[in-house]
Amino acid sequence: MSGLSNWIEERFPLMSTWKKHISEYYAPKNFNFLYFFGSLAMLVLVNQLLTGVWLTMFYTPTAKDAFSSVEYIMRDVNYGWLLRYMHSTGASAFFIVVYLHMFRALLYGSYQRPRELVWLLGMGLFILLLAEAFFGYLLPWGQMSYWGAQVITSLFGAIPYVGDSLVTWLRGDYHVSNATLQRFFALHIVAIPMLIIGLVYLHIVALHKVGSNNPEGIEIKKHLDEQGRPLDGIPFHPYYTLKDSVGSLIFLMIFFAIVFFAPEMGGYFLEHDNFTPADPMVTPDLIAPSWYMTPFYSILRAIPNKLLGVVAMGASILLLLFLPWLDNSPVKSMRYKGRLSRIALLVFVVSIICLGYLGTVGLTPVRQILARVFAVLYFAYFLLMPFYSRWESSLPVPERIEK
Amino acid sequence: MMLKHIGILLAGLVFAGVAQASLSSTVPLMPVDIDWHDQGALQRGAKMYMNYCSGCHSLKYMRYNRMARDLGLTTFDGDVDTGILQSNLIFTQARIHDPIEISMPATDARQWFGVVPPDLSLIARKRSPSWLYTYLHSFYDDASKPFGVNNMLFPDVAMPNVLASLYGKRVPVRESQEKNAAISHLVRVADGSMTEQEYNRSIQDLVTFLAYVAEPVKLERQRIGMFVLAFLAVFLVIVYLLKSLYWKKLKQK
Repeated sequence: MSGLSNWIEERFPLMSTWKKHISEYYAPKNFNFLYFFGSLAMLVLVNQLLTGVWLTMFYTPTAKDAFSSVEYIMRDVNYGWLLRYMHSTGASAFFIVVYLHMFRALLYGSYQRPRELVWLLGMGLFILLLAEAFFGYLLPWGQMSYWGAQVITSLFGAIPYVGDSLVTWLRGDYHVSNATLQRFFALHIVAIPMLIIGLVYLHIVALHKVGSNNPEGIEIKKHLDEQGRPLDGIPFHPYYTLKDSVGSLIFLMIFFAIVFFAPEMGGYFLEHDNFTPADPMVTPDLIAPSWYMTPFYSILRAIPNKLLGVVAMGASILLLLFLPWLDNSPVKSMRYKGRLSRIALLVFVVSIICLGYLGTVGLTPVRQILARVFAVLYFAYFLLMPFYSRWESSLPVPERIEK
Repeated sequence: MMLKHIGILLAGLVFAGVAQASLSSTVPLMPVDIDWHDQGALQRGAKMYMNYCSGCHSLKYMRYNRMARDLGLTTFDGDVDTGILQSNLIFTQARIHDPIEISMPATDARQWFGVVPPDLSLIARKRSPSWLYTYLHSFYDDASKPFGVNNMLFPDVAMPNVLASLYGKRVPVRESQEKNAAISHLVRVADGSMTEQEYNRSIQDLVTFLAYVAEPVKLERQRIGMFVLAFLAVFLVIVYLLKSLYWKKLKQK
């Protein structure tokens, strides 16, 4: 056995990579449940890739047959319904997991020095995930798929001078059509997934270079034992592989409870209007994107000028990229930050949830005012951060992790 | 130009949102009990569908033999009872493996109704069983319409009331004396061949059948789901114990 592993090791860094990144990667010993969501995102990614491959075997990417082929998968393909529900539930689960993963970073300052690149690569992944979900959502070719794509692609028309031509170029036609479906299919099943896999790899390489943060925001690399191992760290394997397995099983129970007992999730995971084939001649009563995009959609709708609305929507996502340089706090974790930071994060989370809800329902004058208030609060979190994070007094951070 | 389009789209969104809010508030949906396990109800619903609906509305994502198997139209060996199926539920030239299509040409349909009657394979998932139940209780006499009927839930719908002979005759009671005032409710003024209770039961059966057609795999899905969750629960206990074992060693250090 050791002969074989030596033979391989001389030609390929198999055991050394395993040691470096798994069995001798030292992670802080005090991870809480919020640290499950990174590995859960990997699990959901694998689920999406596997179910996606099998769905591709039966799906027909043409405007004429796309809707029927999805029903063919649901009814005639053996366990096709299971693959499809796992894929559609997986899409929503991906965003739930990633949003909690990002919230964890905000809560414990995981984006701060020296982890800026981990954060930026993660944000790249988030933007790719939004694109992946948007392209994939057109594929069932239902009414909401069609009109969602119609509205979102039309946003590029707000760009001065080149907008109209750009929209036509993106769609490959004057409206969303067969050409659009086929290019979205190619992007959804080949281009974006490859980029996602590449970026996930870089995200993890960058993380393992600087080491994981923890709920205390203490750098464990400051205190090493004689062998150079962090005193407050434990090997990722077996401790966190086992702990993450427990987390994964709990996640899978919730995930499969939805897949088997509530795959539509009250119209949030599978919209009612998407059970009608796309009809370019009939506009649905209410066009709303999937729930995971509604906070940004709400910001778009809250601004009366279209170009400014599109700019604001883009800014609401891109501002996250600048977090490492907006936060002037000397400490990382919310446990040691001052009151202002805590209030700001709370207001931010409430704003996102409210904007998200408002994006799923029709507009009324009261809702419009609410959306504007929450949009302002959303931006205030970022734009005021350099000030409140500097002014507030933070608590002293201990040298070592207790317990 | 494009800006204008978005403007129209967004304005449409606003108005549609407001319109929908006001529309859904005026006609409350009637609750309906759907028992997926009730094969009798499913069979009666299928019979009703084939007799009253299948002339115009296809169920093109549903196959006759699948329906027959799920509805219990099987022989002692568990095979589909082709005889029962063909003599009672297949009114076209279709063979038992075919999907449930209609024979009406689309061009004729457009001439007669103005639209092609929609396929109803997924209608129960697009609307809801309650919506369908309410819709089939919301026809009323309206001489201004081509077929002499209108619908309270779906105003100006192109569909005639094909169930009129069972349903009887209903007239609207309006909220005020004006001709176009909002309708508050409908009053039954003449009986059809069914009593009100019989009619309610039949519509309940029909809606149950349509709910089944929209997702024929639902019962199997829930049955498998129980096993999957049970397996995961057992596996979770084992993995949790293993994890505790390792982490206990860590604390002793």
